[in-house]
Amino acid sequence: MAHIQLKNITKKFGAHTALKGLDLEIQDGEFFVLLGQTGAGKTTTLRLISGLETPTEGDILIDGVDVGPWGAAERDVALVLQQYSLYPRYTVRENLEFPLKAKIRRLERAEIDERVNRVAKTLRIEHLLDRKTDRLSGGEMQRVSIGRAIVRKPRVFLMDEPLSALDAKLREALRTELKNLQVNLGATFLFVTHDQIEAMSMGDKIGVLNEGHLVQVGTPNEIYNNPLNTFVARSVGSPPMNLIEGELRSGKAVMTQKNFELPFTGATGTSAAEGDRPLVFGIRPEDLHLEAGAPVEAKVHDVENHGVEKILTLRVGDIMLRATVPARTDVALEDAVRFAWNPNKVVLFDRASGVSLRHAG
Amino acid sequence: MAAVRTGSEIALNRFAVVIVLIVTLIFLAPIYWITSTAFKPRNLATTIPPTVVFEPEISPFVKLFTKRAQLRSAPTPEEYAAAPWWERLVFDGGEKVVRSGKGEVQLSGYPSRFMNSLIVAITSTVLAVGMGTFTAYGFSRFKVKGEQDLLFFILSTRMLPPVVVAIPMFLMYRAVGLNDTHWGLIILYTAFNLSFSVWLMKGFIDEIPKEYEEAALVDGYTRMEAFFKIVLPEAATGIAATAVFCFITAWNEYAFALIMTNRRAQTAPPFIPSQVGSGLPDWTVIAAGTFLFLLPVAIFTFLLRNHLLRGMSFGAIRK
Repeated sequence: MAHIQLKNITKKFGAHTALKGLDLEIQDGEFFVLLGQTGAGKTTTLRLISGLETPTEGDILIDGVDVGPWGAAERDVALVLQQYSLYPRYTVRENLEFPLKAKIRRLERAEIDERVNRVAKTLRIEHLLDRKTDRLSGGEMQRVSIGRAIVRKPRVFLMDEPLSALDAKLREALRTELKNLQVNLGATFLFVTHDQIEAMSMGDKIGVLNEGHLVQVGTPNEIYNNPLNTFVARSVGSPPMNLIEGELRSGKAVMTQKNFELPFTGATGTSAAEGDRPLVFGIRPEDLHLEAGAPVEAKVHDVENHGVEKILTLRVGDIMLRATVPARTDVALEDAVRFAWNPNKVVLFDRASGVSLRHAG
Repeated sequence: MAAVRTGSEIALNRFAVVIVLIVTLIFLAPIYWITSTAFKPRNLATTIPPTVVFEPEISPFVKLFTKRAQLRSAPTPEEYAAAPWWERLVFDGGEKVVRSGKGEVQLSGYPSRFMNSLIVAITSTVLAVGMGTFTAYGFSRFKVKGEQDLLFFILSTRMLPPVVVAIPMFLMYRAVGLNDTHWGLIILYTAFNLSFSVWLMKGFIDEIPKEYEEAALVDGYTRMEAFFKIVLPEAATGIAATAVFCFITAWNEYAFALIMTNRRAQTAPPFIPSQVGSGLPDWTVIAAGTFLFLLPVAIFTFLLRNHLLRGMSFGAIRK
């Protein structure tokens, strides 16, 4: 198991800069999720750590040792990919044995068999061992490729969207399985995904990556409740955080565009928030609630019934707000409702920079 | 509902079958002609109209492999009785088998020419496909400076008809002593096939996802090991197809073999027609030589037919 550190990593592909001055630290035994859109630099980060790419600038340290000059084989990391993850022509058993048969490991036959069988048992793929990989379902394939990573007992697991190609139900099942596995192994995981639900549900820590920059690192709670800027606020949460432009005037949030007001009592984090400073108010859908006599009137624009709850889209003028309300709430389209927010939960962002005032100081 | 077919579909299908049959017959006709002539008695080889029904003979093959001379006089009955069966076949044709002073049968030039063809074609195919595969892998997987220009340069070696450079090549070969040597032809054919091999193999290797090798690299293998364990088995189909094409090209090559070789390293293609000119042409012997010459290519292609037909379906890929 290992502690990973990236120091000021820049990676350029020709004229294109994939990563810019990336600093990242993953603690031993941590499940670290790198969250970002396609092209944010997630896969590049994985490939740099695995040794398949070399950084243009910066250092990579595993357990405090600079592994810059090391090849992929020497770094002893395991990589699980979204697809092309298994060797074709080989059986499942041969796939699992493959990393163990590498010359640098020099394992005894008995040890190889023992490890393969144990992994097959852990992942419940014993019945598949003699099958060719082209006769596996998508879920079975991903199980085998996770097995091929585990069987090596690597220092760190690197996972590049391993669940993205699977259907929803399987994805959910493997999510739990993978998290349990990580806890049981006590292994260091770096898991890359564009799916914020995966990030929130599995990660001990989440790093939000945008266009080669690491925007924010924190626990899922920190990321969710205290996003560093509007980008993070939009990336995490389903539905995402409501962002409304406005200003703060004598304890009231004034939405300049549509001229509605909400009481604001929460800590701003800075005294400079008052007055004419252009702000963006961020509020999670679950912190908006419907209430007779609440300060603002809205029309119900859309209702999504999720069983345990309903997600309403409220319309105030042309501003759309999402609100998560209990399932028993009885509303119809175009109903007029009144709503309020939980003023303690409001996050203030500077409108120009998008940075949260709590973080900007 | 696929079983239901309209009348016009059936008619179209029948028409297609007829066309295929005609085309096949056209392509098979020369092969039939060569094969039947190779087994004909000499006097039936050039009849007009061609003889279709005849009693097949083995004598053209005996003549093909032995050195013969015209009989001045008919062999004595004792001589005839003492001769083995195959020598009698030669006597029957009005010729005798040339023997050395010790009585050993002298072989014709054909067996050694045939061996030369095998040596040259197999070696140059192995070299061209081997070097082509490595080169293609390099171009496919690594950033090569001026990749497009280099690939175009490789291809440009095929833009001239090869015969254009035959005379300068001949002079150069003579200067360095490569004339009439196996290596001379092997180098020539390898160089000629290499561009083809590189381009064809690059296409095949480009199709193999590089994720496989990268997985092997991360799993603790060197790039060389990953190449041999992962890439090569995946590229087997492409290698087989490329090898067949290279082999046929080297096997059939006539012009350079004619210019560059005359005895020691001469291959079968320039040798077979040269037999037309020595004495009266015996078409059955020429047909027998051609027939045997066809066999290696036919066998080689037959052995690799699965690879050639299977195309590019890779095991566990899901795109």
